[in-house]
Amino acid sequence: MTQKEKLVVIGNGMAGVNTVEHILKLAPNQFDITIFGSEPHPNYNRILLSYVLAGDSKVDDIVINSYEWYKEHGISLYTGETITKINTESKTVTSDKGTTISYDKLIISTGSNAFMLPLPGADKEGVIAYRTIQDCEYMMEAAKNYKKAVVIGGGLLGLEAARGFLNLGMKVDVVHICDSIMERQLDRTASKMLQDKLESQGMNFLLNKQTEKILGKDRVKGLKFSDGSKVDADLVVMAVGITPNVQLAVDAGIEVKRGIVVNDFLETSIKDIFAVGECAEHRGIGYGLVAPLFEQGAVLAKNIAGVDTNPYEGSVVYTKLKVSGVDVFSGGQFIDGENTKSIKIEDEFSGIYKKVLIRENKIIGAVLFGDTSDGSRLMQMIRNETDITGFEKAAILQEPGENGNAGSSVADMSDEEIICGCNGVSKGEICSAIKEQGLTSVEEVKNCTTASRSCGGCKPLVNDLLEYTLGDEFDKSAQKETMCECIDLEKDEIVTQIKEKGLSHVREVMSVLGWKNDEGCSKCRPAINYYLGMVNPEQYKDDSTSRFVNERMHANIQKDGTYSVVPRMYGGVTNPADLKKIATVAEKYNVPKVKITGGQRIDLLGVKKEDLTNMWEELDMPSGYAYGKAVRTVKTCVGEEFCRFGTADSMGMGIQIEKRFERLNTPAKVKMAVSGCPRNCAESGIKDLGVVAIDGGWELYAGGNGGVKLRKGDLVSTVKTEAEVIEYTEAYLQYYRETGVYGERTSEWVERLGVQHIQDVLADETKRKELCGRMDTALSVLKDPWKEAVKSEKIQKDLYEVIEAK
Amino acid sequence: MNNLNGERSWVEVAMYDELPVNSGKTVRFKDKELAIFRLTSGKILVIENRCPHKDGVLAEGIVSGEYVFCPLHDRKIDLSSGLVQNPDTGCVKTFDVSIENGKVYIDLLEKSEIAS
Repeated sequence: MTQKEKLVVIGNGMAGVNTVEHILKLAPNQFDITIFGSEPHPNYNRILLSYVLAGDSKVDDIVINSYEWYKEHGISLYTGETITKINTESKTVTSDKGTTISYDKLIISTGSNAFMLPLPGADKEGVIAYRTIQDCEYMMEAAKNYKKAVVIGGGLLGLEAARGFLNLGMKVDVVHICDSIMERQLDRTASKMLQDKLESQGMNFLLNKQTEKILGKDRVKGLKFSDGSKVDADLVVMAVGITPNVQLAVDAGIEVKRGIVVNDFLETSIKDIFAVGECAEHRGIGYGLVAPLFEQGAVLAKNIAGVDTNPYEGSVVYTKLKVSGVDVFSGGQFIDGENTKSIKIEDEFSGIYKKVLIRENKIIGAVLFGDTSDGSRLMQMIRNETDITGFEKAAILQEPGENGNAGSSVADMSDEEIICGCNGVSKGEICSAIKEQGLTSVEEVKNCTTASRSCGGCKPLVNDLLEYTLGDEFDKSAQKETMCECIDLEKDEIVTQIKEKGLSHVREVMSVLGWKNDEGCSKCRPAINYYLGMVNPEQYKDDSTSRFVNERMHANIQKDGTYSVVPRMYGGVTNPADLKKIATVAEKYNVPKVKITGGQRIDLLGVKKEDLTNMWEELDMPSGYAYGKAVRTVKTCVGEEFCRFGTADSMGMGIQIEKRFERLNTPAKVKMAVSGCPRNCAESGIKDLGVVAIDGGWELYAGGNGGVKLRKGDLVSTVKTEAEVIEYTEAYLQYYRETGVYGERTSEWVERLGVQHIQDVLADETKRKELCGRMDTALSVLKDPWKEAVKSEKIQKDLYEVIEAK
Repeated sequence: MNNLNGERSWVEVAMYDELPVNSGKTVRFKDKELAIFRLTSGKILVIENRCPHKDGVLAEGIVSGEYVFCPLHDRKIDLSSGLVQNPDTGCVKTFDVSIENGKVYIDLLEKSEIAS
C-alpha cells in the first residue's frame, strides 16, 4: 500500500474546510489531513454571525462541521493553535505551541482580519471589530451593562452589527465617511430607501463624518470627528473593511500583493502551496464574500485531488443584507455609466425599488430593494451573460412565465455553480441528491443537503432544480407549503378531510390520508391533535403523546431539564394570601429562582419534574398555561380604580377576559392586554389581542407581537360595552382557532388573511354569533390540567415519576 | 439469566405493563440517567437521557415509530442505533434490554463498550 500524501490546511474557516470537504468526496483515501485553526471553535458559518447577534440563532446553530465530523473523516484538528512559520525548504509548518508537521501539499486559508482604523485611542477598552464569535459574544455581554453603541462603517457588516445592537436593546449611531450608506453595493435611490427604513427601526446615522479620535480614559467614552463635533459611546465597533492575513506567506517568501497571489488554479508562487478564500488575491481581486470562496474551493479541490478542472476565472459577486424586515440585494455592476441602460421600477407606495443595468443587450448588474425575490434569477442571467435581445424588457423584473419568457434556465448552469450561498451547496450536489435519494420537495432537499436551510433565499432555485431534474415526475402540487415531510397536504386540506370523513384519532388521520411515516413526526402530530380538538371539541380525546413536552407536562421545560411553574393570576392581580402560599411552596421545594414574567405572573424556575405534582397540590391554584399554545395571560394596567388618567376598569375587564378564555387551545400562544386609557401602560398595541379603553368605549387591536418579529396591532373594532368586548373577543379568537395554521401567531395570521377581512368578519353579526356559539362549545369542555394530575395516580406515574434503579 | 456473561451488569427497572406506551420515562442509576421507551410496536428501547447537541432530556421528546425528537431543538434520534438523523450529526449511547417474567432489565454497560 502506498503511503498517503500529507495535506495540511492552515485556517479552519469556511474556505479551507469547504475545500477539504470537496477533496474528501473526490479522493477519500488519498490524504492524511491536518487542519490548524486559531479560534477555539470548530468550523462555523461566519456570514450567519449577524443572526447570532440578532438573537435569531445560537452559536451552535451556525457550526458547519462539528468535532465529530473531523473525527469521522480522520482529520487531525488543532483548534486554538496558530501556525507561525512555513518552512518551504523542509516542507514543514510550525505553530505557536511548538507543533511541527510536514506537508506534501499545503493550503493557506487564513482569511482576513477586520481592518482597525489606526485612530488615536483605538486601543481603549470597548473598541472592537465585528468578525468572530468572540466579537459577537463580547458585544452581547457588553449590551448587558452599556447603553450606547457607535458603529464606524455604514457598509453591510456595519449595518448588520448596528441592527444587532438594536435587538440587544442598545441605542446605536452609525458613523459613515460617505454621504450614503452601502454605497459600494447600492445606488443612491436604494441607499436612501434603506436609510429611511433603518431609521424607522431606530438606527441613527451620522453621515459625512470622519472620525479623528476615540475619547475616554481607559474605556471608550465617545468619538471626536474632523468637523469638531462629538458623539457619546460606551462601545465602538469598527466595521470598515478587511485586510487579508498574509504575514505568514510574506515571511515564507511567497508572492504577496494585497493578498496572497494565486493563479487560475489557486497555486501560489511556491510549488505545492495553495491559497484560497479571503487571504488570496486572484487577477488583482481579493474577495470578501462567501460565494467566491466556494467557487475557488471547488477548483482547488480538483487540482489537489488530481481531477481535471476548468480554471477559476473570477466570481461575479452579489450582496444581501441580513437584517430582518429589510430586503436588499445587489449584484454585478449597478452604477449607471456610459454605454449602459437601465430598467427601473420604483414603487414608493410599497417601498419597492428594482433596477437592472444592461450593456450591449446583456444584464450586468442589479439592485433590488423591498422585494428581492428576483435576486437569484437575475444573478444567473448576469453570470451567464444572457443575451436579452427579444425579451420583453419590463418582464425581466418579473418571474418567468408571468409575462413573456424572461427567465434563464437552471439548465444553463454548470454543476459547480453554487445555489445556496449560505451553506455552499452546488447545483451538482443538489441534482445528484435529488436523483440518488429520490427527493421530491424543497423540504427534502433542505434536509438532505442543507441547501436553503439558512436564509432561504435560494428556495426558488432549488424548486427550479427539482423541476429540471425530475422532468415529468415533478409534481407541482408537492411544492406547496405542506404540513411536514410526512404528508403532501396543506392544513386546510387536512381539516376538510377530518370534517368530511369524520376522523377522530391522530393515527386514524395518518392512515386514512396516507402518511409516509406511520407515526408522523414532531411537526405533524401536535398539529393534527390540535385540529382534531378544534373540529370536535366535545368528542375528541386529547392525545398527550402528540403534545410537545411543555403541554404534556403542563410546565415549561428549561434547558437543564428542570421545569418552571406559573400559577394563574387573573389579570395580573393577586392578594397577600396567594403570595404567602406561593412563597411557602417555593421555599419548601427549594425553588432556585422566582421571577415576574413579561405577562405579569410569578414564575417559579428550576423545579424538578418529580416535584411538580406535589407543588401544584400545595399551591392549589389553577394552572397559568405559561407553557401552552393557548391563551396565556391578560396583562392589565391599574385603570380607573387608582389611576388618575384611567377611563375604565381595566383590571376588572382583564380578569373577566382571562376567566372567560383560560385554558383555550389556540394555533399558537395568545397574549392579551387591557389598558385603561390610550397611554397604554399594559402595552396593548403589541398583543395578539389588545383592548384599549377610550372615552365611552373600547378599541380592539389584533395581531400585535412584541417578539422577534415586532408588529403593531391593527384596530379591528371599536365597541361600547364590556359585554361587547367579550363577544368580539370570542368571535376573533374562534376565527383564529378555525383558520390559523398550527404554530402561526396572530401577527402572521392577520397579515395572511388581511386586516380588512378580519374587520369584515367581526362586523358581520351573523358570522359573529356563529363563531361565539362554537367558542361556547370549545370552552365548555376544558378542565384544569394541574387538578387532573393531582387527582390521578396514573398520570403522576406515567408522566412525572422517575425510576430510581438499584 | 443464562445468556449473560460476567461482564454485563443487568439492572431491573420496571414492570413491562406499567411503562406508558409511546412516551419516554427517566431511569436513574447511580450517576447514569437513561431514557426508556415502550413503542407502539411493543418493543422497549433504552438510550442515554441527554441529546448530544445541547443536553436535552430525551425522555420528554415526542416519540414516532423508532425515533424520538429532542424537546429542546428537535434533533431526530434513532432509538435503536442512537444515531442523530440528517442533516444533524452525532449519536447517543444505547443500552440492551431484556424482558423476563414481565420485568424489564437494562444492561448498564452501553453497547459501544461491549463492542470495543
